[in-house]
Amino acid sequence: MTSNERAATLLRGMLRIRRLEEKLIHLAEDKTLIRAHYHLYVGQEAAGTGACSALRRDDLVFTTHRNHGHVIAKGGDPFRVIAEIIGRRDGYLGGRGGTFHVAAPEIGIPHTSAIVGGSLPIAAGTAWAAKLGRSDRVTVVFFGDGVMEEGVFYETLNIAQLWRLPILFYMENNSVTPEERPGRGSPTSSHAAKALSDIPRAFGIDTTILDGTRVDRVARAVGGLVARLRAGEGPLFVESRTTRWPGNYGSFPRLPGGDTEIGWAWDQAAPVEEVREWHAKSDPILLWARECERAGTLSRDAIVTIDREVREEIEKAAAAALASPPPDPRAVLENAYA
Amino acid sequence: MPERVISFAQAIAEAVEGIMEEDPRLQLIGARFTGHTKSARVMDPIMERYADRISWPPISEIAYCGIAIGAAITGVRSVVEMSTATFSYEAIPQIVNEAAIVHANSDGRVCAPVVFHVLYGIRGAGAAQHSGSPQGWYWSAPGLQVAMPATPADMKGLLRYAALRSSGPTVLLDHQRLMEGFGPVPEGPFEIPFGQASVEREGDDATIVAASIQVQRALEAADVLYRDHGIAVEVVNLRTLQPLDHATIARSVKKTGRVVVTDESPEDAGVASVLAGIVASEMFDSLRAPVKRVGVLPVPVPYAKTMEDFVTPRVERIVAAAREVVGR
Ligand SMILES: Cc1ncc(C[n+]2csc(CCOP(=O)(O)OP(=O)(O)O)c2C)c(N)n1
Ligand SMILES: [Mg+2]
Repeated sequence: MTSNERAATLLRGMLRIRRLEEKLIHLAEDKTLIRAHYHLYVGQEAAGTGACSALRRDDLVFTTHRNHGHVIAKGGDPFRVIAEIIGRRDGYLGGRGGTFHVAAPEIGIPHTSAIVGGSLPIAAGTAWAAKLGRSDRVTVVFFGDGVMEEGVFYETLNIAQLWRLPILFYMENNSVTPEERPGRGSPTSSHAAKALSDIPRAFGIDTTILDGTRVDRVARAVGGLVARLRAGEGPLFVESRTTRWPGNYGSFPRLPGGDTEIGWAWDQAAPVEEVREWHAKSDPILLWARECERAGTLSRDAIVTIDREVREEIEKAAAAALASPPPDPRAVLENAYA
Repeated sequence: MPERVISFAQAIAEAVEGIMEEDPRLQLIGARFTGHTKSARVMDPIMERYADRISWPPISEIAYCGIAIGAAITGVRSVVEMSTATFSYEAIPQIVNEAAIVHANSDGRVCAPVVFHVLYGIRGAGAAQHSGSPQGWYWSAPGLQVAMPATPADMKGLLRYAALRSSGPTVLLDHQRLMEGFGPVPEGPFEIPFGQASVEREGDDATIVAASIQVQRALEAADVLYRDHGIAVEVVNLRTLQPLDHATIARSVKKTGRVVVTDESPEDAGVASVLAGIVASEMFDSLRAPVKRVGVLPVPVPYAKTMEDFVTPRVERIVAAAREVVGR
């Protein structure tokens, strides 16, 4: 892939997530479509997109209650993702899972737990199976900093290291200030450890700190880590730091500045006050657009065109999802037991 | 005592305020109580007033539940507010395998009076992992008390009894869909001792035995049954599953001879099944028809509304069951 193609692919990947989730906020105005709280990946797009760009289709990914971005990044179809979130028959899970549980077994996301820490040992299990089967498939488990408050985190890390499992623990620390993103410490309000990255290191697990708003760096770093996993050097750990988007402060996402304008990449004064600083310093999409323009890998025209194409794609996906019927209630009795 | 009508969520706030005031050592671990409802702010003044006795724990359910047990053993009571009931599954080793056995295992010398407060059941779009109903599991752990208030007054009186008077551990399960329901509640402090069911509505044709939200659904069903089918049902509100008020159920069953048991937990091996077993084995002589159960259909709770409604023990399913036991 040329550097221009790569720049375009990463930008398109991140925009797919952003435009899809902005669409969800609009859809959620109709309370019959999204009936309860839901979690968005806005601000973290570079992490999922960058990391998944280093994976093969047959590699496994696990995610959390904040899963929409990971499913799209692994190659999920926006139509089936939106259909799932609004509880329709064409959703990846036939409408049974909804926003908490979006998964896509056919592209390597077999099961999504919305329980904090719920996926961690299961992910270690798919890595174990790969190792037992002498396959070079790897498992990447995305999870939030909150998981490090749960006991299952420690048990899983210990076993993964004892058994040398081919798994990447990709921890998304998503409430770090822009100034702290490159630093060593990563304070959270609920953890006694001064630096969360010290913890996997205490287990002897090689740990990389990444600025999770920098898609290119994430992609390169994870590319290297995945190669090491395939060579039998697992487990490995990443702390990926991002800065919370102001729309994500409450349980119910808001769009304080309206839909993101791609032009804000070069017109940084434009967004409303509440989100201006965030878009300037912490929006992974605008950071990448700006970087590509400066480096000459993408022109402004090219960036605007990619954005327009993605918006059209998401509009079409949403229209198709809205046209999908609700599931037949009686079908729910099928498949409870395998 | 003067009564006035307040919401279930307001009753929680009053109850919490009352117990914090009465026992100056009482601790709260978490303090939201009302979940993602319109009433989410009702606890704000209390959180402010008692901030120094409220701990906001990390996402470490098994540890903070165990910590509450240890504190209780040495004389500091707490109410642990865990939010969604499924989060308490993370703490089952401490709740079921420790708190429940402390008293019996010490031959009665050690007590662990902790209240574990959870929001159970099908709250709307909670899907498989945020709609759980563990009341049957907790009921099956000898040593644990299980309380399930149906009305604002129940809530206020049961929480006060559990937090201040009871010597044992209690799992208190609230249903998010009850939060904005209103009912008469005495103004001052009062307790509802455990094991005292109440008859919410009298009738001769059939008995509906229920707790929590199923009491409200049973009362709605009772209106429909009377209006559309001329069937007069009696509604027994259990308030606590453990201890269970066998006598009140038996009195009603003796009168009606026909019973529907309903709970928003899985129909098979859930609370409705346990109650059906008790009625069938202890009250067989009074029965004039097989006991009918109405519970959650046997699948993980789905997200889509069509499916979610279908698996819920709705009013219509209670009406159908009552008509069946009565035979018209
Ligand atoms: C066992 C359990 N306890 C509590 C919750 C409620 N809960 C959902 S998300 C969340 C915070 C998770 O924080 P983090 O892991 O950092 O993820 P983020 O939301 O920041 O992406 C909590 C406490 C849960 N889902 N599971
Ligand atoms: Mg977080």
